[in-house]
Amino acid sequence: MSDLALQVGQTASPEATLFWILAPLTFLAALGMLLVKKAVHSAILMAFVMVALAIFYIAQGAPFLGIVQIVVYTGAVMMLFLFILMLVGVDSSDSLTETIRGLRPIAIMAALGFGGLMVSLLARATLGRTAVGVEAANADGNVQGIAQLLFSTFVWPFEVVSALLITAALGAMVLAHHHRIQERPTQRQLSIERFRGESLANAAGLPAPGVFARHNAVDVPALLPDGTASVASVNASLKARGDVLDPSQFELSSIDTRVEEEK
Amino acid sequence: MNAANYLYLSALLFTIGAVGVVVRRNAIVVFMCVELMLNAANLSFVTFSRINGDLNGQVIAFFTMVVAACEVVVGLAIIVTIYRSRRSASVDDASLLKR
Repeated sequence: MSDLALQVGQTASPEATLFWILAPLTFLAALGMLLVKKAVHSAILMAFVMVALAIFYIAQGAPFLGIVQIVVYTGAVMMLFLFILMLVGVDSSDSLTETIRGLRPIAIMAALGFGGLMVSLLARATLGRTAVGVEAANADGNVQGIAQLLFSTFVWPFEVVSALLITAALGAMVLAHHHRIQERPTQRQLSIERFRGESLANAAGLPAPGVFARHNAVDVPALLPDGTASVASVNASLKARGDVLDPSQFELSSIDTRVEEEK
Repeated sequence: MNAANYLYLSALLFTIGAVGVVVRRNAIVVFMCVELMLNAANLSFVTFSRINGDLNGQVIAFFTMVVAACEVVVGLAIIVTIYRSRRSASVDDASLLKR
């Protein structure tokens, strides 16, 4: 029988122990990535999967790839993901309602079909010759072996990949470049606009937010002389986010002002 | 233990990634699922390199990592650009051509 089987040590070898502990955890983390609602939690689980894969690479005689996996994936790529998550909004969670009807059952059925096909295929696959470990190829050292291949057989793909990296970096810069649609107004223009505008109501600037004895942050509007809240005194983006507090909760009448008698 | 067990794990991870790409709607999560699929393929490459006893598989996995890094850079730049104009990172919201 010359199937894909490559016996690595006995059933209770260290690698088997490593695999049977780490592989279920990796599988669960990947599954969790699919099921958790928040994108940040997905990112954390993804980082775990990547570190686990790095450990698998090192266990399989690919220490160079293992280190590269940690440096490039968990170091650079995951940080990039988290950075973009922070930019887009950490608490942006997916609504898990389906927009295309029947998509989820179909996806799960297709996944079961595909996964079953792959697993049964792997179980039946044969190599056609006896499997050997990577120890002989790693005899001169893993890094040396990879370098030898990279700079002889694969030197042309290696150069193409470097061009690809530069192109990707340039592309990202072009995409991230941001043109202002309008010129930024200068202080002089703003001043002219204020005094030559339709009314002089805001000539001295907009009113400041409320200052109360118990709260003086920018999220509480100031009170007008008649007791109503001044809409112009809080930032428009705070209003749009719904982060404006109601000033009536800081009124004197709502506070217990009785002084307790000393006993 | 059989080294082919790594291949089964790789197949499962790839399947999970594929389902994630189809089911999830947050563009960043979809992207992470694509990364998961690439990583699963890498695990296969490394395992086959071991079964075959030469390092070509590891070199290919190395190239996959580089291409994945490029893909992440450009893809995240696209997500940021879309987010900037539409204030949403959902893949369902970018449907102007449909209407």
